[in-house]
Amino acid sequence: MPDRPAIWNFLLGRLSLSSLPLDNMIVIWTFVGVALGGAVVLGAITYYRQWGYLWNEWFTSVDHKKLGVMYMVLGTVMLLRGFADALLMRSQQAVAFGSNMGYLPPHHYDQIFSAHGAIMIFFVAMPYIAGFMNFVMPLQIGARDVAFPFLNNFSFWLTVSGVVLFMTSLFVGDFSHAGWLGMPPVSELRQSPGPGVDYYIWGLQLSGLGTLLTGINFVVTVLKMRAPGMTLMKMPMFTWTTLCTSGLIVVTFPILTATLFLLSLDRYIGTHFFTTGFGGNVMMYVNLIWVWGHPEVYILILPMFGLYSEIVPTFSGKRLFGYSSMVYATASIMLLSYLVWLHHFFTMGSGADVNSFFALTTMMISIPTGVKIFNWLFTMYRGRVHFTVPMLWTMGFLITFPIGGMTGVMLAVAPADFLLHNSLFLVAHFHNVIIGGVVFGVFAGINYWFPKAFGFKLDEFWGKLSFWFWQIGFWVAFSPLYVLGLMGVTRRLSHFTDPSLQIWFIIAAFGAFLILLGILSFVMQIYVSIRRRDELAVGNDPWGARTLEWSTSSPPPPYNFAFIPRVHDRDAWTDMKKHGYQRPLEGFNDIHMPKNSGAGVLLAALGTIFGFAMVWYIWWLAAVSFVALIACAIAHTFNYDRDTHISAQEVARFEQHTGNWEPKAQGATA
Amino acid sequence: MSVKRLRGLLLFPPALMLSGCNLVLLHPAGDVARQQSDLMIASVILMCLIIVPVLIATAVIAWRYRAANKNAEYDPEWDHSTQLELVVWAAPLLIIIVLGAMTWIGTHQLDPYRSLTRIEAGQPVPADVKPLEVEVVSLNWKWLFFYPQYGIATVNELAAPVNTPIHFKLTSTETMNAFFVPSLAGMIYTMPGMETVLNAVINKPGDFDGFSSNYSGHGFTDMRFRFHGLSPQDFSRWVAGVRADGSDLDTAVFDRLNQPSRAEPVHHYARFDADLFHRILNQCVDPGQMCMDKMMAIDAGGHAARGNSTEDAMSGAPSMTAPAHDAATH
Repeated sequence: MPDRPAIWNFLLGRLSLSSLPLDNMIVIWTFVGVALGGAVVLGAITYYRQWGYLWNEWFTSVDHKKLGVMYMVLGTVMLLRGFADALLMRSQQAVAFGSNMGYLPPHHYDQIFSAHGAIMIFFVAMPYIAGFMNFVMPLQIGARDVAFPFLNNFSFWLTVSGVVLFMTSLFVGDFSHAGWLGMPPVSELRQSPGPGVDYYIWGLQLSGLGTLLTGINFVVTVLKMRAPGMTLMKMPMFTWTTLCTSGLIVVTFPILTATLFLLSLDRYIGTHFFTTGFGGNVMMYVNLIWVWGHPEVYILILPMFGLYSEIVPTFSGKRLFGYSSMVYATASIMLLSYLVWLHHFFTMGSGADVNSFFALTTMMISIPTGVKIFNWLFTMYRGRVHFTVPMLWTMGFLITFPIGGMTGVMLAVAPADFLLHNSLFLVAHFHNVIIGGVVFGVFAGINYWFPKAFGFKLDEFWGKLSFWFWQIGFWVAFSPLYVLGLMGVTRRLSHFTDPSLQIWFIIAAFGAFLILLGILSFVMQIYVSIRRRDELAVGNDPWGARTLEWSTSSPPPPYNFAFIPRVHDRDAWTDMKKHGYQRPLEGFNDIHMPKNSGAGVLLAALGTIFGFAMVWYIWWLAAVSFVALIACAIAHTFNYDRDTHISAQEVARFEQHTGNWEPKAQGATA
Repeated sequence: MSVKRLRGLLLFPPALMLSGCNLVLLHPAGDVARQQSDLMIASVILMCLIIVPVLIATAVIAWRYRAANKNAEYDPEWDHSTQLELVVWAAPLLIIIVLGAMTWIGTHQLDPYRSLTRIEAGQPVPADVKPLEVEVVSLNWKWLFFYPQYGIATVNELAAPVNTPIHFKLTSTETMNAFFVPSLAGMIYTMPGMETVLNAVINKPGDFDGFSSNYSGHGFTDMRFRFHGLSPQDFSRWVAGVRADGSDLDTAVFDRLNQPSRAEPVHHYARFDADLFHRILNQCVDPGQMCMDKMMAIDAGGHAARGNSTEDAMSGAPSMTAPAHDAATH
């Protein structure tokens, strides 16, 4: 506690002026930049009087499509933050050789790699997949919303709470330096007495709760709300992967919550679950966190597999090859992913039998994954492949991901892992699968579904530019890390003595710069497309796609479908088109829909305050906000005014206006 | 210019760069690392059997069935072929069966706990050779090595005679690290209150890099040491040198050493308290702390131990004993 009158310690806990990193010029300039940018955005919203619109139409919305879009915006904003961390690390490692210590001292560098990993996984990849699942899945199954619409809004704002705490740590106090998984003993009080690890814990507790609720929501939605006729084996692949991923979330996120809770008990009330001594054991944390952590990477990649399984058939003009194989492959990946966690620490020395078991289960995952790759190839085989931007990203994935898969199996060969564990080879491997699989998938998906969400396509030129910068940038940035790994260079080093390594780090930094151009091209693509939206306007089915989301208008009406479709085939929309489907323009009924609610924002805001108070030991505020949180949650359950009806006239007006509308400027073809 | 020469030119710069750097994992100087490396290379070759055709097929199929090529066959309803699906499941399965068998055998043969059976390929360990014993402790942020057979200890410097099996026992004081000499053998974690084991041998004399390969806090970057592979004569000379210029390592010196420090210089100790490694492992270096093995023995004793008062237990009176390595996780 700072040295000052007791009343201040009571009011502010351990928060004081010295908590602000006023001695660090990098942080100060970042803060100035963020503050100016934020002021411009907030000022513009105020000037154009958009607060009411944002609040009524977006923040309080329970519409899965709007929540999906907000998740995508959140993911993109955090991608910029996480990538800024990556640039800092790459430039530090490129210069910090010999007598040059670089510009980041270890305690700062360590926070940056911790923040980079945690942000990229929790606040970039997770919002992106939650965004896709939100926007696409209910449309694909012919539903009007998810099973628990309010919960969906609440989940989103809990994710934002986590983001707010993480971003606050940049300017008030510091961030964890214990790596993206907060490994003890570094994350224990003895080595991390500051607020950094607490920011990490509470940020993840809040957003993790949101993710868990999303998982429950989507499992129920897929199982209970499919259009009539859509049996499980007629579901689109993306819906299948959403179901499997949500299942993984429901089973594994409680483990994350419990593990972090045990760590916070260690830190707050002096228990010894993971401490050194007093019966605590570090390896218990390592086991628990990976029991969650390994399924987590499949939580990220499975929806992307589903997304590629939508894109490849659409742009090959052909049915997906081996649908049942794909379903069984997805399900077996889901099950196997629970059984591999120990491959993250073969080097613990758990003995040959244990290591062999986990090595074999890990390798087995490559079988269904390989099947998927083959099936995408056979989908293109005898097709007519249109190399649109989404398809380009998919091709990039098909070329990049197998290499990452191969290096992954190398790491699964336990004896080889004793050499490669924790090396830059490992770093290159997981970026190879996460960038080559998840990030490429995100951009493929954004380019694919953007016309559905907004009624106009994204600009092709900037899209292709972004693709090539990312694709080339990825290999330039990460091939050197594979080489460095084979040279025995371990990860998380802030300084090097061997000058022969430097050239590789410089090449890697240049690759990161190319990726930066890729990200800027993407931002430019969005900007240019919005400017040219009238030229780029498209009809309801611009790609000649095959699933139900393309049967409704672009953007879809709030109720998604005026009449719930009846499904007869896996490619339900292709089947409807084949039978000459025309959208009905009359005979509508009132549609019952959930009502918007501000309770999600309120509860998440209280959660954020609670988290902040816990981080800074402001006990009175923690108590007050926690009680308020519970009270508001209970009060909300007594709110029975949750329904609204869209009148038949309104539906008719919308359907007659947009029903079979096609743009005049161009033919709506792929 | 022919295609071949063009390709040669394209491949030349990367090849040149790779020849300029030391890919130590592919050319290690110790037999254990050598075997691990061989297994790694074999796995790559095995997987290339399937990865390379897939990558080629991707390019070929994408090009052949491009929309502009109207000559290619187009069959929009073709979505199933039992034979093909059998092949796509069977091909990766076969590779994984072979790779899995290799991994199973390799994991058992190269288990770090297993005593070496050979010095090099075709050269079994002679029956009369006793392994060099080294006890390793990772501290914040430096390495401490005990040589119980020689009564010496060092900080951030490790040496071993070539072609002699080395038997490492490893632990840590507070943070978790990994002991890694890439030229010698794969890494193994060092964990507080636990003992791990590594068996290895160095086959070529030389001066090699060693370091922690598990992040452990601010001083982690500088947590490096040199590993000298020496001829038997040079090793004897090195031991004599440490004995000559070394000081004493007692509890007080160890406590100072245990304070966090970065880029610690090499220290030599000619004498150390005989049970120091045991006390570090069992978290009872400071007098007054109960050793973990003792505590566990009391716990394991159950009812029998309850009769003894705590004071008795603290003074080391209980009748039952447990081997020290019960404190270790295997």
